[in-house]
This record gives sequence, C-alpha cells and structure tokens, in this order.
Amino acid sequence: MKKLHDAHGATGIPDEKGEGHFHTKSDLPVPVGSDLFRADAYGKVTGRERYAADEYPAGLVYAGVVRSPHPHARILAIDTTGALACPGVIAVLTGGDIRGTNRTGLPEMDQPVLADTKVRFTGDPVVLVVAEDRELLRQAMAAVKVTYEPLPAVFDPDPALAKGAPVLHENRKEGNLLFSGVIAKGDADFAFSECAAVREGIFSLPRQEHAYLETETGVAKVDGDGVLEMIVSTQSPFRDSREIAAALGIPPEKVRVIAPYLGGAFGGKDGITVQGHLGLAALHSGGRPVKIWNSREESFVSSTKRHPGRVSLKLGCTKDGTLHALSCRLIFDTGAYAGLGGPVAVYGMGHAAGVYRVAHSRVEGMNVYTNNPPSGAFRGFGIPQVIAALEQVVDMLAESIGMDPLEFRLKNAIRVGDETGLGIRMSNSADIVTCLEKARDHPLWTGRDEWIRQAPDYKRRGVGIATGVLGIGYGPVIPDIASAKLELLTDGRFRIYAGVADMGQGNNSANIHIAGDILCQSPDRFELVQPDTFRCLNSSSSAASRTTYSYGNALILAAGVLKERILDKVAQLHPLFRRENLILVPGAVRHTPDGSDIALHTIAEAMQEADRVATATWTAPVNRQQLAVAPDVKMYGFPHLAYTFTTHLTRVEIDEITGAVAVDAYLAWTDAGRIMNPHVYEQQIQGGVIQGMGYALWEDFRVTEGAVVTKNLSTYILPTSMDVPDILSVPVETYEESGPFGMKGVGEIGIVAALPCIANAVAGAIGSRIYDAPLTPERILTALRRAA
Amino acid sequence: MKIRCIVNGEQTDLETAPDRRVVDLLREDLGLCGTKEACGSGECGACTILVDGESRLSCLMIAAQLEGKEIVTIEGFSKEHLHPIQEAFIVHGAVQCGFCTPGMVLAAADLLKRNPAPDRHEIRRAISGNLCRCTGYQKIVDAIESLARAEEESDE
Repeated sequence: MKKLHDAHGATGIPDEKGEGHFHTKSDLPVPVGSDLFRADAYGKVTGRERYAADEYPAGLVYAGVVRSPHPHARILAIDTTGALACPGVIAVLTGGDIRGTNRTGLPEMDQPVLADTKVRFTGDPVVLVVAEDRELLRQAMAAVKVTYEPLPAVFDPDPALAKGAPVLHENRKEGNLLFSGVIAKGDADFAFSECAAVREGIFSLPRQEHAYLETETGVAKVDGDGVLEMIVSTQSPFRDSREIAAALGIPPEKVRVIAPYLGGAFGGKDGITVQGHLGLAALHSGGRPVKIWNSREESFVSSTKRHPGRVSLKLGCTKDGTLHALSCRLIFDTGAYAGLGGPVAVYGMGHAAGVYRVAHSRVEGMNVYTNNPPSGAFRGFGIPQVIAALEQVVDMLAESIGMDPLEFRLKNAIRVGDETGLGIRMSNSADIVTCLEKARDHPLWTGRDEWIRQAPDYKRRGVGIATGVLGIGYGPVIPDIASAKLELLTDGRFRIYAGVADMGQGNNSANIHIAGDILCQSPDRFELVQPDTFRCLNSSSSAASRTTYSYGNALILAAGVLKERILDKVAQLHPLFRRENLILVPGAVRHTPDGSDIALHTIAEAMQEADRVATATWTAPVNRQQLAVAPDVKMYGFPHLAYTFTTHLTRVEIDEITGAVAVDAYLAWTDAGRIMNPHVYEQQIQGGVIQGMGYALWEDFRVTEGAVVTKNLSTYILPTSMDVPDILSVPVETYEESGPFGMKGVGEIGIVAALPCIANAVAGAIGSRIYDAPLTPERILTALRRAA
Repeated sequence: MKIRCIVNGEQTDLETAPDRRVVDLLREDLGLCGTKEACGSGECGACTILVDGESRLSCLMIAAQLEGKEIVTIEGFSKEHLHPIQEAFIVHGAVQCGFCTPGMVLAAADLLKRNPAPDRHEIRRAISGNLCRCTGYQKIVDAIESLARAEEESDE
C-alpha cells in the first residue's frame, strides 16, 4: 500500500494529539495545488471526533417534540396536565410559553418554533416536552393531548394558487404564492416563430431527502451568566444565533452557537432544525443540559427536502443549429414554510439557459406554499431541477435537426466574454468548451455505437451526455462576506478560527493548506477551532459553493497581515537586520544573508497578545451588470459573477425484464478553477455525482396527502456501494481571478448534470423519454411497453 | 442484569437492563461515541462493531447478547498506532463527513479477515450494508483495495 508520508507525494497525517496536529516526514509546508491529507481524517477514522450527536454532558435531560398528525388544522386546545403528571417530566411547553417572536426562517420569518394557532403540515411542531430520560420522555409525549379542527388542505402548487384555495399564511397578501419572478432577454415569443425546429417538455422533479447520516441534533444549556450555549449540527451557526435570540426573546449576545464537524448536511442544516426547540428546552430545564437527537423517522418527517417541482421548457434553434429561443416556466412546491424557497427558485431561474448562448429567452419562476413538508436548500439549490429539463430538451432538439448532441452543445456553448442565454456577460473564468471537447474525443463517446450494438439479449444500452453550470456565492445583493481569524501561539504554532462550518467537505482542512502555504509552515504547526459564535468571526453559512472561496480569501489576507507583523517584530528585535532580508521558513524567520533562524516561539513571546491575532474580512466581488429584473430576483441571487461548469458522460444498461438501470460508466469533466487539493476535489465530484445518480434513479421520497410515506432507509433507497460505478473525474483547470489561489467552489457542480445525463442515456436506450423522475423500474417498464 | 464481557481488550462488568440496546450501552454508559447511530433499524451500518471478530450492528443487539463476548469498537481497533485500514482511509481520501467511517473501517476489517485479497466487486459487496452519503464509495473501495494488494504482494 501507499505509505503515509509518500502517498500522493503529500505529507501530513494527524497524530495522537488530535485534530490539527500532524506527523510529517519533514517540516516542509505543503503547497496549495498538491495533495494534503485532511486534518479531520485522523479524528474520524479513530472515532475520537466529537460530533454534536456525541455530546452527553453530566446531568443531561432529553427534549422531544409532539408533532401535528394533520396537514392543516386549527389548534382548539392543548392539554398538558397528563404529560406534566408523568414521572420524570421537567417541562411541557407550548407556543404560549415563548417570549420572543416564536418565528424562525430566512428571509421570510414564517415558521413557528411551536405552532400557536394552527398547524400547516403533518409533522409541524406543537408541544415540546423535557424529561429525565428518553423513555420517560416518550411516555410523557404520548400523554400530551391536542385537540384539532382539521382545515381543508392543499398538496399541489396548481390548486394552491387557485381561487378559493385554503390559505396557509393568512397574513400574506399574495396568498399561497411565496415568490414569482421573471428573467427575460429579447422577445422569446416572437423568436420561436423564427426557429427551424422547436422542442419542449414538461418535467416533473421529485423531492430529494438529504439523508445525512447524522440526523438533526444538539445539546444546549443556560450557563451561570445566563448565556444559552448550544453545540449543534448546523451549517449556519452565526445566523442561527440571531434567529434563536429573536424567536425566544433573549438578547443576541446571550446566545452562543458552536458548530463542530457535521455528520453530513448537504443544505439540509442550512438554517434552524432543532435549535429553537433546544433553546426553549434549555430555558426551562433549571440549568441542566438538554439533548435532542432526531430519530431517522423524525428526521424524514420534519426536515426540509429538495424542492419538488415542474419545469416546462421550450427551446428552438435555427437551421444551422444555433439556439435562438428559450422559454422556461418552473413551479416549485415550497411546502408549509418558505425556508430558502425564494432564493432556490431564483437560482434555478438564473441557470435556465445552462451553458449556452441563446438570443431570446423568457424564464418565469414561482414557488408556492402547500400543506406538504417544507422544502429547502439542497446541494445545487434549484439548479439541478432546471438543468434536468434543459439538458433533456437540448438532446431532443439536436435529434430534431439531425445534429450530434455533443456537437450541438459545443456549437452553442459559451466562451469567456460571451453573453449567456439570460444576458449574463461571462466575464470570469469559464471553460465548458474544453470539457465538451474532451468528452467528444473520449473513447466512451467515439465508441458508443459499437458498445450499444453489443448489448446482450434482454438488455438495452444507451450513452448520454449533459452539461451543467453553477454560480458560486450569494449573488449581487446579499453581501458574501467572510472574516478570518488567525493566531500565532506562544509556542510558535498557529491557530485558525474557522468562520464557516465544515459539514464534511473539508473546507476547514483547506484553511490549514492555505495558511500553511502563505506562512511557509507545515500542517502540523496548525490547529483548528471549529465555528463558535463567541470565539470565531461571522463568515456566514456553509453553502453556495462558497466555503473555501470566501473564507479562503479572507484567510489569505489575515495570513498576510500576520506574516508582516512577524517579520516586523524580528526587524524590530534585530536592528542590524534589514527587513527585506527576512523570510518565513518552517518554524522560524530566516535572515537570508547569513542563514540564521529566529524561532517562531521566540518571536511570539516578544509580540503583544493583540499583535499575535490577525483578522481580515473579504467581501466577494459581485456581478455589476444592470439586467432588467425585479429587486427580489436580484436580491435572491441573480446574476452571479463566477460559475463552475461540467460535462458528464455516462453509459447505462437497462434490463428489459426488470426495468432496472445499471450505470456502467460515468465520467465528469469539470471546470472549478484551479485545484487546491486534488483528492479533496475528487471527493466532491464523486460524492456529488453519486447523489445525483440517486436523484435520477432511486430516491423516491413519497408524500401522500401531506404525510410522509417513506419514513426509513429501507423504503427511501440511497445508492449503496453495489449500485454505483467508479466515477472518472477529469479536472479542466482554469484560473479564477476572484478565487483564492485561482479556485472556484466545487461542492455542488458534481450533482447538477447527473439526472439529465442518465435520462438522456435511458431515452436513447429505450427509444422514448420519461418525463417524471426518478427513473424507477416501473416507469422504465411502462416506457418500454409504450415504445413497443 | 450483570454482564461480563471484554470491551476493547479489557474485562468489563456491566450492570444494565438486559434489553438495553448495545449502541446505547456503548455510547451512553461507556462513552464510546465512535460507534455512530444513523437509522436505529439495521439499514445503514453506522453502528457496526466487532463481536468475536465479526461485524455486527449494535443498534440491533441487546445487552444480554454480549455475555461472554469480546467486543471491539473503533476506539479499541487500534492501540498505539493506527491500524492499516485506518491509515488507508486517510491516505486514500475515504473520509468526508466521517459519520459512516467507524462502521466502514470495521466492516472492512471483517472482510479482510475473511478474504485477505478481495477484488473491487467483493469489496463493494462487503460494504454494501454500510451507507455513505458523502463519498460515493469510490475512495473507500480504493482504501480497502490498497490493503488487498499489499496482502497479495506479501504472499509472493
């Protein structure tokens, strides 16, 4: 096997001292661009890493939520006397016990911590119970009596928008319409009449459950100073602390949120999950720590999902295959509460032209309240749904005009400086063309006809391609700000105070890589503090492929500041040394003319404490193009400035008897800027593609009349190791001027093109297209029968 | 009831309800939180432990089943130095969020004990009861395969 210190040519494996400490063969820094083992890997392979789920402080009590059995109902009465009489009960709380706004959510503060007058989905929290242990908690929760008056409910966006439909949030002027907006360029309606060929499709996209292995969890307590302290599995500790404070009616400075490494999140922990309940329970537990850890079933019932929706997309081109007109209408189901529904719709709309130049376009988007479980952020953030439709219609249109689908894409693909189909000027790095060219020249593409012909009896084969694009950061209005904090410790090592949660993608290990490169120090000289609203600086959420992009840029600045201070201090201590002759070397500052080294701990001891801590803030540049869109479309993130790109290629084999799809091969060429750490880059592509494969083929989250039907992992089918092939990930490197070391975020682009890539391969194999995802065996068999 | 068993190499006397789930016993009573719980119903493999050297799901076992057994959790899987499987997981980038990792490592240990030189298909089959939502499994398979090759080489 590869040995620890020579594998990948890398150094750095954490040692027994724990997180952030490394054994290294040498004391050399690991430059950005080469492999560095993740700082969190040691703690995770040994089981020593403490997740929020692993907190069991002394005196612990448990809290649980009694949820609504109705999709829509008025609460007539809540009787807590039976529960209060149960042994071991510490508190039984309702909406009436909440002193603050009792509302969380961003940007719409529409979700109660505990329902006050009515419930809006099956699973809506109504009563919070705190008890000595889990069994006593279960008994007490069963003794809570809530009397409901069921109300008419609505489970689909179309009837939800109809006149006279039951309204979820009575205070909203717009009724059940959460958001609607338009992005347009030219005159799409007229342009279709100028096209030689037009194709369209209406695609139904399913819910997708994040199914992170660590379900929503945390512990909280109120300490002697009256500070509500919470260790919780969250992507957004800083935003959470403000939301908790407002909802529960406590001063923001009295709320401390700590976000250790998360056991997965993928967008599902971008915002409040258990935080409101934990905080409320801790305020009523007599100072004892309180734990909530959702069961898998409760997680499935209560957590947000990828927005289900319908995307109607029409595309036309001229005789020579130039895309000329695009119309897209997307309607998402945001469920009972807004969550990030507005921004999700706009991110989808803002990518509706994909990687293409199109002369005329009109994109309409809507997000609608229903009495379904809430939808929210999920890797790709509205974009996978829209790309799923676009990339399938692109294949259909190529077929109509008799062009090779890859050449058709290449002909219309944007290059740097081009204007996209939505009018965005591609000013930053963009190399979808090379991604497509590499796919075109790959043997799996050039040899596809032969492979398809060799299909065994009772099997159908198909080869598909698709492209994808994803803008990074928050867009032009919401400032994307990160503030890094870096400390030189008195023993000469460094401590990085992470401002962005690490949900598994490795962004906080990347901090060590970046700071080590700039300060010329080996990884073992760094330790990491995970996000803590009392110790670290607000660097916003772990989302939008921004974690390393934004925090990395801030950290480069902070490391630069600290480096100058260290060199200044040496120059000050040694008047005979010229400042320009001083450089940082591992563990020391070197005076280059005579090669003498001054150890970092010596320098650190001579520095003022305040000088040893460097902070720096970075604000992402924004796209300043003035595109004619409504203010909320702009605010929710249109247009972006920097984008990642990808081309996927797959071959599938379909069993005619069972309808099962086997993915035989899968390749992804990706432009995510410069690669900082090759194996971590691959991790993101591989993981994203497989999650997209699950979305395309197996993950079928069922909700009937508002009630979740798939409540466990034996009915909600995640990809297993037996279901998926190895993924070949080929980077197409560019240099993104706005990114740290030229990188762009790579966390989401992998999932974006997977569904249409597989759907295109399946359509080729069975000779007809399936418009409803996932492409389950039932749907495949139905389509095969229809085609025959 | 009283239960005598060996936990991570140490003779251990436990006083617990006979129907207490082993995953709770390990995490809450013994503080061995490296054993994760992600489904509670035997569907995900995150709570995998070794019982008399074979992988078992601690969320489906009750305390009484431990009587006289030797249990190894991830905390006891390596002593002074990392086990080669753990090293391989680090080196091959098989760890992302890490919540499946302890179970995966122990499932790999069970496999390599039964079959010291598995091919990729056999590895994929052996870990198919362990769900991972982050990696897509590829680098986990790479890590385990690297040990299989080492075994082959050392046989020569």
